[in-house]
Amino acid sequence: MLRIPCPHCGERDYTEFRYGGDAGRTRPAHGSQSVRAWHDHVFLFANPKGAHREYWQHVHGCRQWLVLERDTATGSVGRASLARPPGVP
Amino acid sequence: MSGARLAAGGRIDRSRPLAFRFETRRLTGYAGDTLASALLAAGVRLFGRSFKYHRPRSVVAAGPEEPNALLTLGVGGRRTPNIPATTTELYEGLVCERQNGWPSVDFDLLTVNSWIGALLSAGFYYKTFMGPRRGSWMFYEPFIRRAAGLGRADHLPDPDRYHTRHAFTDVLVIGAGPAGLSAAVAAGRAGARVLLVEQDFELGGSLLSAPVAGPEEQVRRALLAELESLPRVEVLRRTTALGLYDGRFAALLERHEHASPDPALGAPREVLVGVRARAIVYATGAIEQPLLFGDNDRPGVMLAGAVRAYLHRHALLLGRRAVIATNNDSAWATALDLAAAGAEVTLLDERPAASAGLAERARRGGVEVRHSSRLLRAIGALRGVEWLEGESHSRRRTPCELLGVSGGWSPALHLSSHTGARPAYDAALGCFVPGPFPAGVFGAGSVMGRHAGPWADGHQAGESAARNAGASGSAGDAVRPSWEAWPGGAALSPRNPPRRGGKAFVDFQNDVTTDDLALAHEEGYEAVEHAKRYTTLGMGTDQGKISNLNAARLLAGLRGIEIQDAGTTTYRPPYTPVSIGALAGRSVGRHFRPIRRTPLHDWHLANGAVMTEAGPWLRPWYYRWAGADAGSAYLAEMRQVREQVGLSDVSSLGKIDVQGPDAAEFLDRVYVNGFAKLPIGKARYGVMLNDDATVLDDGTTARFGETRYFMTTTTAHAADVMSWLEFLLQTAWCDLRVQVVSVTDAWAGMSVAGPRARAALELALPEVSLADAALPHMAVREFEIAGVPVRILRLSFSGELAYEVYVPADRGVAMWTRILERAAPLGIRPYGLEALASLRIEKGHVAGLELDQRNTLDDLGLGKLASRTKAYVGRELRERPELTDPERWSLVGLECLEPAARLRGGAILFARDETPAGHGRGYITSVTWSTVRGKPIALGLYRGGLRHAGEEIVCAYPLLGETVRARIVSPMFYDPAGERLHV
Amino acid sequence: MKLLSRYSAFGLARRALTGARWQRAWRAASPRGSYDVVVVGGGGHGLATAYYLAARHGIRSVAVLERGYLGSGNVGRNTTIVRSNYLLPGNTEFFEHSLKLWEGLSHELNFNVMLSQRGQLVLAHNPVQLDVLARKGNTMRLNGIDAELMQRADVERFLPFLDYSRECRFPIYGGLLQRRAGTARHDAVAWGYARAADRLGVDIIENCEVTGFLRAGERITGVETTRGRIGAGRTAVSVAGHSSHVMSLLGMRLPVESHLLQAFVTEPIKPFLDCVISFGAELFYVSQSDKGGMVFGGHIDGFNSYTQRGQFPKVQTVAECAVALIPSMSRLRLLRHWAGIQDMTPDGSPLIGRTPFRDLYLNGGWCYQGFKATPAAGWCLAHTIATEQEHPLIRHLALDRFERGNGSDEYGLGLRTWVQ
Repeated sequence: MLRIPCPHCGERDYTEFRYGGDAGRTRPAHGSQSVRAWHDHVFLFANPKGAHREYWQHVHGCRQWLVLERDTATGSVGRASLARPPGVP
Repeated sequence: MSGARLAAGGRIDRSRPLAFRFETRRLTGYAGDTLASALLAAGVRLFGRSFKYHRPRSVVAAGPEEPNALLTLGVGGRRTPNIPATTTELYEGLVCERQNGWPSVDFDLLTVNSWIGALLSAGFYYKTFMGPRRGSWMFYEPFIRRAAGLGRADHLPDPDRYHTRHAFTDVLVIGAGPAGLSAAVAAGRAGARVLLVEQDFELGGSLLSAPVAGPEEQVRRALLAELESLPRVEVLRRTTALGLYDGRFAALLERHEHASPDPALGAPREVLVGVRARAIVYATGAIEQPLLFGDNDRPGVMLAGAVRAYLHRHALLLGRRAVIATNNDSAWATALDLAAAGAEVTLLDERPAASAGLAERARRGGVEVRHSSRLLRAIGALRGVEWLEGESHSRRRTPCELLGVSGGWSPALHLSSHTGARPAYDAALGCFVPGPFPAGVFGAGSVMGRHAGPWADGHQAGESAARNAGASGSAGDAVRPSWEAWPGGAALSPRNPPRRGGKAFVDFQNDVTTDDLALAHEEGYEAVEHAKRYTTLGMGTDQGKISNLNAARLLAGLRGIEIQDAGTTTYRPPYTPVSIGALAGRSVGRHFRPIRRTPLHDWHLANGAVMTEAGPWLRPWYYRWAGADAGSAYLAEMRQVREQVGLSDVSSLGKIDVQGPDAAEFLDRVYVNGFAKLPIGKARYGVMLNDDATVLDDGTTARFGETRYFMTTTTAHAADVMSWLEFLLQTAWCDLRVQVVSVTDAWAGMSVAGPRARAALELALPEVSLADAALPHMAVREFEIAGVPVRILRLSFSGELAYEVYVPADRGVAMWTRILERAAPLGIRPYGLEALASLRIEKGHVAGLELDQRNTLDDLGLGKLASRTKAYVGRELRERPELTDPERWSLVGLECLEPAARLRGGAILFARDETPAGHGRGYITSVTWSTVRGKPIALGLYRGGLRHAGEEIVCAYPLLGETVRARIVSPMFYDPAGERLHV
Repeated sequence: MKLLSRYSAFGLARRALTGARWQRAWRAASPRGSYDVVVVGGGGHGLATAYYLAARHGIRSVAVLERGYLGSGNVGRNTTIVRSNYLLPGNTEFFEHSLKLWEGLSHELNFNVMLSQRGQLVLAHNPVQLDVLARKGNTMRLNGIDAELMQRADVERFLPFLDYSRECRFPIYGGLLQRRAGTARHDAVAWGYARAADRLGVDIIENCEVTGFLRAGERITGVETTRGRIGAGRTAVSVAGHSSHVMSLLGMRLPVESHLLQAFVTEPIKPFLDCVISFGAELFYVSQSDKGGMVFGGHIDGFNSYTQRGQFPKVQTVAECAVALIPSMSRLRLLRHWAGIQDMTPDGSPLIGRTPFRDLYLNGGWCYQGFKATPAAGWCLAHTIATEQEHPLIRHLALDRFERGNGSDEYGLGLRTWVQ
């Protein structure tokens, strides 16, 4: 059972969360007119075999989107932090 | 073998007889018996037929490794095939039968397969059954299918209940043999919360195979007493650890069948326990392996340890003349104990010598010992054995009715393999041992290949696990028994065992022989996984618990490489088979998935609604006032709305409270159309795109204040939209000062629709002014009526004058009935989903299948909605060439041109003169009978869309052999100018 | 004595009676310095590609490089379903071509792959779902593919042991049956292609991992492997589950995420279920193998992973579906469950064809449909490699389709493939 250490709610089963994919990509700025940038962001994935930073939302908990560090080769779980940078309302 | 039960001794309770039925025979065993021991006691020798050759088979083992003695238990809906008799605790009233014989197990014509065995070699079916022509396999296959399979299952529903339970513990100890008991005591003493699980109905593991009067039993009792006294130790018997998963999560199965649980009283047959443990101790022991020789599957050939277990645990002396054949010390115990119980015993040891002291004990015990001796074959079933003596290599025969064999012990390391650690071969021990453990996991005793000293080993593992879980108390000292444990012993069998005649079975259940493995090797299926898959070795219900190791040795030998280089196959969960019912638990029948109910649900049921599924929701499909079936009722309901006034429950719509100084900017970004300039007190229809420019969802959003919005979404996509908005705000647009909260369940929503809607609401809510000037189309207002907040949004899905009324969920029924009662003079009636959907089709609103995550804004005819002046999600990728192709399909209306015909959803559209073939020009998404047009109408997608308006086309539905003519028209069938909205 | 080569009942008898020995199914080849074509990945698709290169296009200087043992990936881990009930233009034709190849495969390969055409029934649980199936069924019929629409009563006659009770949470409303669909023996497909390719001179090289590509500018000229450098006129990558990993050796990112898909088998029982059923309430599919085990599966676990270990909650979800569909499955016992690594693409359709590198071809991203596609994927890729002309059946599956905007979202799952 993948257990995710939610910064708000503690370690919980992954079934309480919604997966959001690779958190290593930066979404183009809103209004960016580069079709190429959007294409790459939306459709291309690093999909590494190893260290992965990924989004999870604690939908059945605090509803916060988190960034979890997880190794996709071993399944081992690192830390999770809030996706929203600190200090932002 | 009859009369095998000794008059005294064993761990059975002779004061508690248990009656059970074995096919037509009524038999009696005792509490403490397994089904296997009770049947053996009754003289049963033939337990079933093997998978392929239908050879007669009997009990080989005394535990879950049993490949042969599989029975079908129960009758009717409780009929359960393939249950090992060796792990089934006997209970009163048990009913069982043997399986895989035709016409019967006793007289089985399919033993013919045994005579033509050379033809039915491994993988024979890959080489034949191909002719005479393509598809001939379909002729042969039914015969193969009928011959394959073990027991027969029934198609009746299972009457039993299954529960699911979650557990948390500091230390999970798996296995209650000497190592596990010691570990649990140590961890318990240290202060940890301990869960000790044991698959057997008695605790003790290998200790249970020792004499009841012996010193092992004293230690067992002492450990059990101490466990009893430790307050934080919980012990689960009859509980198998099925699998180990990431995050130190274990799935356990707790069995209650022995107690004949009554489902009517809520008692479960089995309970699935999900344990999250801080630390885990594997103390799962080891499994004895058989020897390979000719006809080694004959009834009467058993594992030596099982012979001893039946002797001491179940008081069964399974043969007066016994041969024990071994390659290690452990079977000497069996030989000595059999002799002590009065049997005449010959011990054949492959080794030139045994451990010190054993020879003397054997001599004193009257056991005839022959060293450097190997079995060649079993004779009869069972009359004796032929073996090869010592250095002289002379063939000898010894008569016997029981043959106990030991090819050494293989750690039950399956669980360690579940979490990804590859087993490692230990050449000194002659077996695979667990690979490296993840953090917090420990192993103790023979599962680690450490057969001697399980007490200290278990104690240390228990203490380490407790420490790892944060316990700090003293674990004290381990038990130090005054006698030497039997050395389990290495299992260094020769790779290519000698044999004479007969087949030497490696996998008993699947009838895989040494010849089959040689054939696999000959044909190049030499990787251990290839050999397994080609021969089906280890793929039976026992998953190779007593065949994998021998197979690994043989394959390595055939290839001339080391066993560690040949490797072993991967062990997968579950450790032993588990009923699917137990995995499903209570999520069956109507509880398969939760039902979402609107606040008005009970009212609907009490007032003639027929409900239908809408995703997880149940919503009124139609009401019986309007007709006896959906087909007639929805038309009456449509007319009710078009001509008078109707009331429908829209509570399942997603509702999102959007607030904050930047809320307007936020909405402007997520919707394709502009929201920044939406005035307070107004609502607007909006469409959201996915990042790839397909349409995500549509809905209306109302502005109730400078920084306060109320968004609605479709029922289907409410959760996705909510998460998406949160995702954008929390990961991408963190600078926007906006909060979103789902208020779907907080508000009951109802739509009052029809030309008399205003009049109806004015009757219902005389407190508020609803005049057109005060509340024009697309206007919204908040009120407080008798202390209850009420939101009224004047918007329409049906095309009629309509209002959506929202009140707090717990006031939903009150508001609903108030409207119905007070507006009764206007003839107001409730209407359901079918009418709702049909009204929107007449109005050309997209929903359901039009919003299928594949269509773009332009496909749906909504391209004009998109702002040209601001950015919105999906804007850039909307410009990709294939998405802007004018020949893409887009939304059209269709009118049926054939009076007697109907249009059908899923029909494929073709131009009038085209032969219907290929993919067509589009398809029908939604259909209804139009009460206003008096004919069937539809929405659909058609290449080129409304550029073809007025053209006649063909709707092909070859599944029913239909083609129907239709005309392309505007999807706005009803009141295209919207005059009825503005009254 | 001459080794037995051709498979037949006669051959079996000869071996039984005379002790003649069988030829190896495929030689344990060692890599040569270079080949006309190197296929990376010794799974079903890679082997099929090599076979059709040799058999259809006469290109016999071909090597198949397999990191582990042949067929160790998804071809040996799937739920063995074969069907051609596809909706979208391109998909319909491709999968029907594949099914037609399946129908002749045992004969073509002289290896019984046990194609068992006992039908696949896809269920609908409400009128809208049945409309969706009808659209698919109509499309199939209009393309010459067999399909039958069933109402609830038809389904009940066909499979009387599904849940038709009042307690049923998602009552069965109807279904779409393709009688030519069914199952095949998965390992046999890999072995059959390997043996047939081997007989045509293809080198099948196991335990040979590709660690890099040889480049001359934008042209790929071969591969670096754990067994040395191997030159190649053309190179095809066919490594389902590891497509991203292998292509990252060239610095390329793909529209692929690697996900876990679990599969399940019960103990063998006598014939219990004669066809393949797909549940409509959730993703769940079940059939019974010739050996007697009920084989079933569901949705991916839902997050990137290469561990080949499934999560337990999915085991429960799938078991719940099994009992919801066939209540008597409650009593059957799960024998084994395992997981494969599945390439998931944003539109649920594969990536097959040319890459931005010259002489490098990719075949991956098959999501749930890799096994049934095996013959046609090999066929079309071999054609594309041999002729340097993209086979028309895979034109819609090109790697750059997302740039052009013609995703091929067969199941309408939308972008977020992991959403369940």
